[in-house]
Amino acid sequence: MSTTGSISFAVPRSAPRRDPPAREAGVLLWLRKNLFSSVYNSALTLLALWALFVTIPDFVAWAFVDAVWQTDDPAACRAAAGACWAVVAEKHRVMLFGTFPYDEHWRAVAVIAVVIAMAIVSVFKRFWSYWLFVAWLGATGIVLLLLLGGLFGLTPTGTHQWGGLPLTLLMFVGTVVGGMPLAIMLALGRRSSLPAIKAICIGFIEIVRGVPLITVLFMASLMFPLFMPEGLTIDKFLRAQIGMILFFAAYAAEIVRGGLQAIPRGQYEAADAIGLGYWQKTGRIVLPQALRIVLPALMNDIIRAFKNTTFVSIIGLFDVLGATATALEDPLWVLYALEAYVFIFVLYFVFCYAMSKYSERVERDLSKGRNL
Amino acid sequence: MSLIEDGASGAGAPIVELRDVNKWYSDFHVLRDVTLTVGRGEKVVICGPSGSGKSTLIRCINRLEEHQEGEIFVDGVELVPDVRRIEAIRRQVGMVFQSFNLFPHLTVMDNLTLGPILVQGTPQEAAEAGAMELLERVKIPDQAWKYPGQLSGGQQQRVAIARALMLRPKVMLFDEPTSALDPEMISEVLEVMVELAQEGMTMICVTHEMGFARKVADLVVFMDEGEIVEAAPPEQFFADARNERTKLFLSQILH
Ligand SMILES: Nc1ncnc2c1ncn2[C@@H]1O[C@H](COP(=O)(O)OP(=O)(O)OP(=O)(O)O)[C@@H](O)[C@H]1O
Ligand SMILES: [Mg+2]
Repeated sequence: MSTTGSISFAVPRSAPRRDPPAREAGVLLWLRKNLFSSVYNSALTLLALWALFVTIPDFVAWAFVDAVWQTDDPAACRAAAGACWAVVAEKHRVMLFGTFPYDEHWRAVAVIAVVIAMAIVSVFKRFWSYWLFVAWLGATGIVLLLLLGGLFGLTPTGTHQWGGLPLTLLMFVGTVVGGMPLAIMLALGRRSSLPAIKAICIGFIEIVRGVPLITVLFMASLMFPLFMPEGLTIDKFLRAQIGMILFFAAYAAEIVRGGLQAIPRGQYEAADAIGLGYWQKTGRIVLPQALRIVLPALMNDIIRAFKNTTFVSIIGLFDVLGATATALEDPLWVLYALEAYVFIFVLYFVFCYAMSKYSERVERDLSKGRNL
Repeated sequence: MSLIEDGASGAGAPIVELRDVNKWYSDFHVLRDVTLTVGRGEKVVICGPSGSGKSTLIRCINRLEEHQEGEIFVDGVELVPDVRRIEAIRRQVGMVFQSFNLFPHLTVMDNLTLGPILVQGTPQEAAEAGAMELLERVKIPDQAWKYPGQLSGGQQQRVAIARALMLRPKVMLFDEPTSALDPEMISEVLEVMVELAQEGMTMICVTHEMGFARKVADLVVFMDEGEIVEAAPPEQFFADARNERTKLFLSQILH
């Protein structure tokens, strides 16, 4: 800045704004950097290319070129060399709606639409308000009305008739919505200063985590009725739902506990010092911070809960996977189980991938600032 | 001036009273027969070497720590293991921590209004008006809608002071409020504390800022190994401390 005499260390001048210099680009450069950067890398690239070259044409031929898309005659499929997607077209009603009465399938479709619409709306932060909660309550009412019937001229359909995607979605949402509060209570209880509460929470968490989900479902399905007073039976769907909730809660509780442990002591002390009571302190200071910390891990567990709904078919409920297995009991179409399961695979993938993308976004938002 | 040992009762009626308080961490005797009376409007500065029990002492006054023997009264109410009474006492006592302990997930405004809204049932608008008034007093009204992480250390500590004042406490406790601050920010916090003192707030302050002690303290207390070793008005405390340990300590911190 010194400009004494003619010696100057900084030359004042004004420069116009310019675009950044063009980066070295080009296909060849990219290829060299990413696929052929070393001998090993080149070898792997060539190997992968060869594998693709061998498999892709066959797959395309099977899945698209030679595939049968629509027919009600399995013989047409047997004659063709490719995939028999017709099985999905033929059986999609049973696969998606299970044992739900055929004439009432529109109600099942409406349930799926409501749940997915609510999930999509809930993703956007600008809708996060008291009204979203009210909307969920309303949606729950509508879903139950559609599935149970019996009102407004709808044919009554008992839970034993539920099946397919509505059952999967309901079981999943019920597991998370019922399981999260329980998980939080268990996590708080595990840190309680009251020995009895602490022991009960630790005992529950460790026992449930120590057994496979199938066992929990069998216990829920077979043992609850034994403890019930004579004459009172709980519905099979509800028993499975309770089993799923307990299992989810035990795992989620440990995740939440991790978040609770990450909250510094000073936060508790500051809340104490302004005279907040236990629940105020927990609800306004501790949990909001703890849950933010563990949200990515929780999302992981929630995705797993979605996939775990497939286990309910073991105790005789027909979720999407169970319903598909039933559909394939038709001897005419049993040969095309692979195609049906590819469809189910895609269905699960779409749901899980959407959730995983959402959790990625949440994680990114959280790492940017402290606030969600 | 208001050390109960010499029987003199200070200017104001006592608002904080400790009588023969003893505390142990397992078998470590951290507070030994601590007796101290603070009158309404008085300012007490507590100093002493690290580990001497200063923090433990003031944390006993709002029950962040529990004492095992002796009695502590706040505004005439004894601290006993009764949750309701403890919460009531905590509303009378504001506390400022060395590490600020603001709630990072809440805005400055929410940090301030949470207490009045939840504890006293103050309507949100009134609480926000009160908060703005206090933020003016600590000279950061323009930071009201930011999050603590976006403020400097000195600003955070001033928010913490404002938060503690929100419940209109009768006593303010400070535990080394400036020790975690960069030197250039210490004065802005001390300035707020001096103003608070001049407005007549009762203050119990653990600090090694001896300039602050000289300026506002009615009583300087020197603690060592869990005991009150010396307690005197600042002129006397700094000019002719009687105890050898006090003299050694003073020689170390006043170069
Ligand atoms: N929760 C605890 N459990 C066991 N010992 C403790 C605990 N808290 C403090 N101590 C011990 O009690 C003694 C007094 O601690 P205290 O924090 O009151 O000291 P201090 O005078 O505030 O020191 P500093 O100037 O370092 O803040 C120290 O020896 C400390 O190690
Ligand atoms: Mg200390």
